[in-house]
Amino acid sequence: MNYLEIRNVNKTYGDKQVLDDISIDVPRQSIYGLLGPNGAGKTTLIRILNQITMPDSGQIFLDGKPLSPIDIANIGYLPEERGLYKKMKVGEQAIYLAQLKGLDAREAERRLRHWFIKFEIQNWWDKKVEELSKGMQQKVQFIVTVIHEPKLLIFDEPFSGFDPINVNLLKNEILELRDKGATILFSTHNMSSVEELCDNIMLINHGQKILEGGVYDIKQQYRSHKYEVVIRPSQSELEIPQGLTILATEKDANGEMHITVESMHANELISDIIKMGEIVSFKEVLPSMNDIFINLVSSSNQR
Amino acid sequence: MKIGIIIKREYLTRVKKRSFLIITFLAPLFFAALMFLPALLTLNSEKFDEKKTIAVCDESKMFVGKFESTDFNTFIYIDDDITDLKLRVKDGEYDGVVYIPGTSLNIPVNAEIYSVRQIPMTLVSYIRSTMKTTVEHEKLMASGIDPDIVKAATTAVNVQSIRMSDDEEKETFDEFELMLGIFLCMIIYFVIFLFSQQVMRGVIEEKTNRIIEVIVSSVKPFELMMGKIIGIALVGLTQFLLWAVLTLAISGVASTFLPAQDVFSTGTVMTEQIEEMSEVTDSQATLQMVFDVINSINFEAILWCFLLYFIGGYFLYSAIFAAIGAAVDNETDTQQFVTPISLMLIIPMVCSGLIASAPDSPLAIWLSIIPFTSPLGMILRIPFGVPIWQVVVSLAALYVTFVIFTWLASKVYRTGILMYGKKVSWKEIFKWIKY
Repeated sequence: MNYLEIRNVNKTYGDKQVLDDISIDVPRQSIYGLLGPNGAGKTTLIRILNQITMPDSGQIFLDGKPLSPIDIANIGYLPEERGLYKKMKVGEQAIYLAQLKGLDAREAERRLRHWFIKFEIQNWWDKKVEELSKGMQQKVQFIVTVIHEPKLLIFDEPFSGFDPINVNLLKNEILELRDKGATILFSTHNMSSVEELCDNIMLINHGQKILEGGVYDIKQQYRSHKYEVVIRPSQSELEIPQGLTILATEKDANGEMHITVESMHANELISDIIKMGEIVSFKEVLPSMNDIFINLVSSSNQR
Repeated sequence: MKIGIIIKREYLTRVKKRSFLIITFLAPLFFAALMFLPALLTLNSEKFDEKKTIAVCDESKMFVGKFESTDFNTFIYIDDDITDLKLRVKDGEYDGVVYIPGTSLNIPVNAEIYSVRQIPMTLVSYIRSTMKTTVEHEKLMASGIDPDIVKAATTAVNVQSIRMSDDEEKETFDEFELMLGIFLCMIIYFVIFLFSQQVMRGVIEEKTNRIIEVIVSSVKPFELMMGKIIGIALVGLTQFLLWAVLTLAISGVASTFLPAQDVFSTGTVMTEQIEEMSEVTDSQATLQMVFDVINSINFEAILWCFLLYFIGGYFLYSAIFAAIGAAVDNETDTQQFVTPISLMLIIPMVCSGLIASAPDSPLAIWLSIIPFTSPLGMILRIPFGVPIWQVVVSLAALYVTFVIFTWLASKVYRTGILMYGKKVSWKEIFKWIKY
């Protein structure tokens, strides 16, 4: 069952087609990655979901119903360009932003206190935002995004500006939110976090969808049938069996051989190399999301 | 209502600012000081000073005995040399010396007063008027005219201008109406400028802080813009109200400390000087005139017009300024847009003299009907009395323009707030309106 469905959305600015017939299905309680180079149309799509801009054509369904202004309370949005009022106190400001999302002031304060304790930032309540460091402000911003417990969370480059410790904290929070029932759409350039977090992804370039699917499926689809094998040779001279396509060999200090080899059948490969010596490790070299991303984007740019 | 939450924040953050409190409380003190300082100073020089002893060195011998000693001043007539007398003033024997040199023509019209400390203005004017009467008297006598005849012939002429309308005839006082008009016009000018600039600065703040996208994902840009404009309008009205109340309170307190008699007496010193210039001799009549002026002005109508034009003008300009704030990235880029808009406010300000001196001229009528200039143009004319149809047309035009421009501004605003790092031009802005 999909929580968010985008159907044939188009958007043009002047004569530039920013989104060209985009359709997406985001399953409930999953994390969906929106990938693409700068200027691909990600932010425009996200702004359409937040009803900041209107699409020229196409429809959006949230939980099966057409998107409407009431859904503001169901969506939490952490934009890429984010900030807070510098002169306003942290607590006061968080309550204000929560109120704009439809919470009443008392409930907002109760939940905020809870979050501030969880993030161990209780003593920031009466500080002005300008007194906090950039990373601290990001934490406050994250809390403000999720305070109204939205069913759909949209994060645009959520990890930019965080140090590694806070990135980890944030990742865990995102996973926890998903486990509690939230559906998460997130846009990023950070491919390692895509592999770590996303269930499904979509890749867009120049407003067009060029790839879509589960992260596992995509990796399988783009596998290059390469394996990396480490063996301890039985003889000092390595004997390479006939029919093996060796791409690279390298001997390390311990006398172990690292071989990169291409083969369509893993089991046949193992039976071949087992003759060469003792197998220390054997693993398939899958393309990283990063490689897939770069390959697809550059080939779509050439077209 | 989310717009209510926005208005509340815009209002409270500004009202709680230290600068707001300081200006709100200092300005009435300043007004009160302006009202009472002259009185206080004159009082100090006369009453709280010790009695002054003034030597009179009259070489012409015409004024001997003419200056009369009072509770505050004693005049002593001495025939000594003036250089010697000056030294004695320096030594502190006298507070000052009036030196009237003898002239060959025997009509001395010059006098000098030497003192170490400044001689009070009232004393100087007493000496001047005494000399004037004496010399005039002497001249008349010399020509063989009885001064009493001249006195009887002196007539105070009073020309009353009366404006007729259907049901009543009303005395008018052009000078007072002119001053009131210009005063109201200046207030509207400053207030529209001050507060619509605050709207612009608020928009730029949200944009440079990058908080704007978080907010417009929760509320419509139009709500945010209007919330800001209304919130700041309320700040302005609060400030007005506090100023009025505080000024009244401070003047009330001050006047209980200053005996009314003294304030009045310093008042008469000033009116005396005015009388000298305007040749109105009877101070009773002057006082009566002041009351007549006050009664002749329809303050209720002026107050309503002031409020309606302030609100209309402020909303019109602040919507435009909000759009400008949204279009630029920082305050330094605003100049190219702010200047032409401000010109429209400055035009009636520059023409204020022309309008007020001929309130029914075509220029005045047009400036008070064209929406951008009407808040100032009309308020200048209101104290003189304006045909009701002109006020209605002008207000209707102002409020219709305000609605149209708010609608246009919200389109520019909606696009502009999410646009970063782009130098915008007028052309670009017109394109946004078409989106």
